Amino acid sequence: MDYLIEFFKENLELIYILILAIFIGVELIKNVPSVLHTPLMSGANALSGVVIIGAILVMLQTNPENYLALVLGFIAVVLGIINVIGGFVVTDRMLQMFKKKK
Amino acid sequence: MSIILSIIYLIATVTFVFGLKMLGHPQTAKKGNFIAAVGMILAIIGTLFLHDFEVSITNYILIGAALLVGTILGWVIAVKVKMTKMPEMVSLFNGFGGGSALLIGLIEFGNNVGVDESMKVSSSIMITILAAIIIGSITFTGSLIAWAKLDGSLKDIRLPKYNLINNLIFLGLVIFGAYIVMQGTDSFALVYLLLFASLVYGVLFVIPIGGADMPVVISLLNSLTGIAAAITGILYGNMVMLVGGILVGSAGLILTFVMCNAMNRSLSNVIFGAFGGDAVTALPTGKTGGVIKKTTASDSAILLNYASKVVIVPGYGLAVAQAQHVIHELELLLNKKGVDVSYAIHPVAGRMPGHMNVLLAESNVDYGKLIEMDDINPQFPNTDVVLVVGANDVVNPAAHNDPSSPIYGMPILDVENAKHIIVNKRSMNAGYAGIENELFFNQKTSMLFGDAKSALTELVSELKNM
Repeated sequence: MDYLIEFFKENLELIYILILAIFIGVELIKNVPSVLHTPLMSGANALSGVVIIGAILVMLQTNPENYLALVLGFIAVVLGIINVIGGFVVTDRMLQMFKKKK
Repeated sequence: MSIILSIIYLIATVTFVFGLKMLGHPQTAKKGNFIAAVGMILAIIGTLFLHDFEVSITNYILIGAALLVGTILGWVIAVKVKMTKMPEMVSLFNGFGGGSALLIGLIEFGNNVGVDESMKVSSSIMITILAAIIIGSITFTGSLIAWAKLDGSLKDIRLPKYNLINNLIFLGLVIFGAYIVMQGTDSFALVYLLLFASLVYGVLFVIPIGGADMPVVISLLNSLTGIAAAITGILYGNMVMLVGGILVGSAGLILTFVMCNAMNRSLSNVIFGAFGGDAVTALPTGKTGGVIKKTTASDSAILLNYASKVVIVPGYGLAVAQAQHVIHELELLLNKKGVDVSYAIHPVAGRMPGHMNVLLAESNVDYGKLIEMDDINPQFPNTDVVLVVGANDVVNPAAHNDPSSPIYGMPILDVENAKHIIVNKRSMNAGYAGIENELFFNQKTSMLFGDAKSALTELVSELKNM
């Protein structure tokens, strides 16, 4: 139990933001027409690639002698950026199709 | 952290919120996606150049190479992928995001071991690291399994007592994680064991879930990746990761519930309830229940030609046969002959939420003609002909009148209220959910057997000759 309390104590501000962000997310998505569900999901998928920031931060701080960490970090960056670029590009492609027909 | 970087992160966060908001409206969606992408790229560039770490040139070269390789790969996949393969691709990318999160967790464990003299990692950091590893691993293997299943290279596998086994493993993961936190261990072996168990759980969690439930699973995994990203955000106290991840997490969760509602099932029922496997044996009467009436393309063409209102019900079979363009041609042809044509879109048509809309939009169908289930159902009694192409479970009346059916209670398109029903199917095989469909034995139904594309092409040429 102490561990959880410590966790809350150290991250209280983040937890506030986290909870408010949950509400924003719910409000943003609540009434989206089903036409847009797939693009929305792939767009959101691209956003979850924000984990790339963490991957880059890890790589910036890794000791260049620590080969294992470098290899893992390299893979983390590759996977993250595929998620970001692929996600945004494919969402754009999909939405392009909705657009050309007026 | 430099103040400029903080401001960039703030801007990126705002672009995410706006982007997601704009993605929810047809007119602004494209711009919304673009804005969020710009925010993301800003955040990445800022992180690369505005940090205050001492970074060796080796690291920089590696990061640059990784970004280059990943950008090219991601771009090529995204441009090449067929729209029918969209669910597979979203699952794959999603798995990559999860994989990235789990690797970060793993490296950070290594970096934090031995920071203070006790050689132990602070419990608060440990909680976040372990959570990133567990959730990242589950989404990683779970998404890859979902990808393989959608791709058709992997079938549902149900071990005996799989629910019990899965729940026990999950419980074990949580207890094991808590144990590691309390011990404050510096042991890599324990963390690797936890990693391994989480990866296995991801596989076991998705592998028994039936095909018809795939849209729910994809949404759920999408949500989990967001949560994994948010947790790594807590690890670094990084707001853009935290907010971005949570937005995805809650958005994915909402879509998950929308999908569950569309099938009248609870989330726990999807995850823990068997679907499909037992159903076939539970309904042996379906096949012997009646006589089916075969029809030909020319008879169907006559029926359509003299109708005044036609509703097309497209299913995944249409997409598999690549018949989206032919069906649009059919629609235009009938329109020219003065027939009112619209499309009835079931919320779970296709393999992911809204998939059918994308497929039809790809072949230039006006999205104003795509009618959602609740709006089209009252129109069926006035409809002369319903043309069902490659859809099955979403028009199965068993959902209304057979309490023993596994899809009982699921909202369906009430096509049996129309005057005539033409069903195009390749054969009499049961649908993706593996359930017999009594609609095919209905007196008003005629079956037009054949591959969707060739059957529709034939239909179009017959119509042209009239």
